[in-house]
Amino acid sequence: MSNWDILWSSYDVFLNGFYNTLKLFGLSAVLAFILGSGIVFLLEGSRPRLKIPLRIFIDAMRMLPFLILAYLLYYGLPSAGIRMSAWTAGIIALVIYHGAYFAEILRGCRATFAQGQVEAAIAQGFSQPKMFMRIILPQLILKTRGLLGNQLIILLKDTAFLVIITVRELTAAASSLSSTYFIPMEAFIVVIGFYWMISIGLELLIKMIGRFGAKRGFENA
Amino acid sequence: MPETAAVSIRKLSKSFDGTEVLRDVSLEVQTGEVVSILGSSGSGKSTLLRCINWLERPDHGDIRIDGDRIGVSDSGKPMSRRELAGMRARLGMVFQGFNLWPHLSVLRNVTEAPIHVQGVSKAEAEERAMALLEKVGMVDKRNDYPYTLSGGQKQRVAIARALAMQPKVMLFDEPTSALDPELVGEVLGVIKDLSKEGYTMVLVTHEMEFARAVSDQVVFLDKGIIIEKSHPSEFFVNPKTERVRRFLELEVPVA
Ligand SMILES: Nc1ncnc2c1ncn2[C@@H]1O[C@H](COP(=O)(O)OP(=O)(O)OP(=O)(O)O)[C@@H](O)[C@H]1O
Ligand SMILES: [Mg+2]
Repeated sequence: MSNWDILWSSYDVFLNGFYNTLKLFGLSAVLAFILGSGIVFLLEGSRPRLKIPLRIFIDAMRMLPFLILAYLLYYGLPSAGIRMSAWTAGIIALVIYHGAYFAEILRGCRATFAQGQVEAAIAQGFSQPKMFMRIILPQLILKTRGLLGNQLIILLKDTAFLVIITVRELTAAASSLSSTYFIPMEAFIVVIGFYWMISIGLELLIKMIGRFGAKRGFENA
Repeated sequence: MPETAAVSIRKLSKSFDGTEVLRDVSLEVQTGEVVSILGSSGSGKSTLLRCINWLERPDHGDIRIDGDRIGVSDSGKPMSRRELAGMRARLGMVFQGFNLWPHLSVLRNVTEAPIHVQGVSKAEAEERAMALLEKVGMVDKRNDYPYTLSGGQKQRVAIARALAMQPKVMLFDEPTSALDPELVGEVLGVIKDLSKEGYTMVLVTHEMEFARAVSDQVVFLDKGIIIEKSHPSEFFVNPKTERVRRFLELEVPVA
């Protein structure tokens, strides 16, 4: 039996890992994006007391290696009496870490947003949340789609770190197969294929948003 | 009982960083009236207009729309955001820079606030929007996006957008100043039609001929003070102050 045959016979392990990675990625990406947008909304206008803590949060996350955050949540917090499953810890780590990055990307773009459009919305009686959701956020997404796409790919790759806190995702699957059968090369090549598949899916999504934007004159992302 | 003015401004003052930009400005705009605000650059015209819908917060004085005070509730406290939004919806504003929302089609620019602020049904909002786009001659472009439009077209859509909220009063801040000369006429034409239909309008403009033709009242601001307020036949022909006379000499080209 060749090494590839061994892998083929354990395709269910890969599929399970792939499924878990997709779930981790999908859930964290959505929640992180909501968190990032929420932060940018809170940074709007008249809430000076929130500004400083939110800035500190964003910068703290940006200066922290992701792996350490994951470690801290899973292995560190129990000593403070907070215990959670590897999955929960992993998702929380991904969400707050990448949420901070999403916030930073969107905030940077918000700072260059034409004030006139905001005034037009205020003059028409829009409430702040509605204005943010309907006027500001859609344009921030169209304008930062390239950066958001990159961040999503980084998020995807960061899911692989969670193998270290025992989450059974794609990299964990490859790692366990490779150590069971001593075929690291083949096992990891297969997972690379899976990661590429997801990344290509993401690229397509960003392209679609790009076409949507181009139709509206948002050419240069 | 005297009729309630559509807009009533009393003793309005406003400073930016200690510099007084408006001082003791009082002005009444009756329903159906067109009032033009003239004055040289920096005299406070935009600030006055922006105070009316509370985009700028006045330091002193009060502003009433149809008798209701904007910005300050009956109890004397500052209005809640919701109350303020409700008052603002009575005023339609058209900006020099159009300020259309680029991610939305022409039609959606016009239906957005009626649907999401006033809670009008989509069907009704679209019906309203189509009638307004018809009025400003932009029906054919309803599915286009703002970036494909000329400045004049953008401004006509912006006017339709403001009208879609069925405001009591329309405010125009130099609606043609950002336009190429050949596009000015189409926008002024729309505004003129509105004046004929009896819309109440406050208009900041540098188009003297136009102000003369459409206004019921002309107001001249000089360094934040109204120094002249009169009917255009009086204002343009027989200005009371030396300041206005000089202004008119510079602004109105000798034919
Ligand atoms: N937000 C602001 N902060 C500080 N100063 C301001 C602000 N807005 C306006 N000003 C100042 O107030 C003065 C009046 O400005 P305003 O825009 O009302 O003039 P204007 O008559 O509309 O001029 P223009 O014809 O150039 O549009 C100007 O000196 C301007 O610099
Ligand atoms: Mg101005």
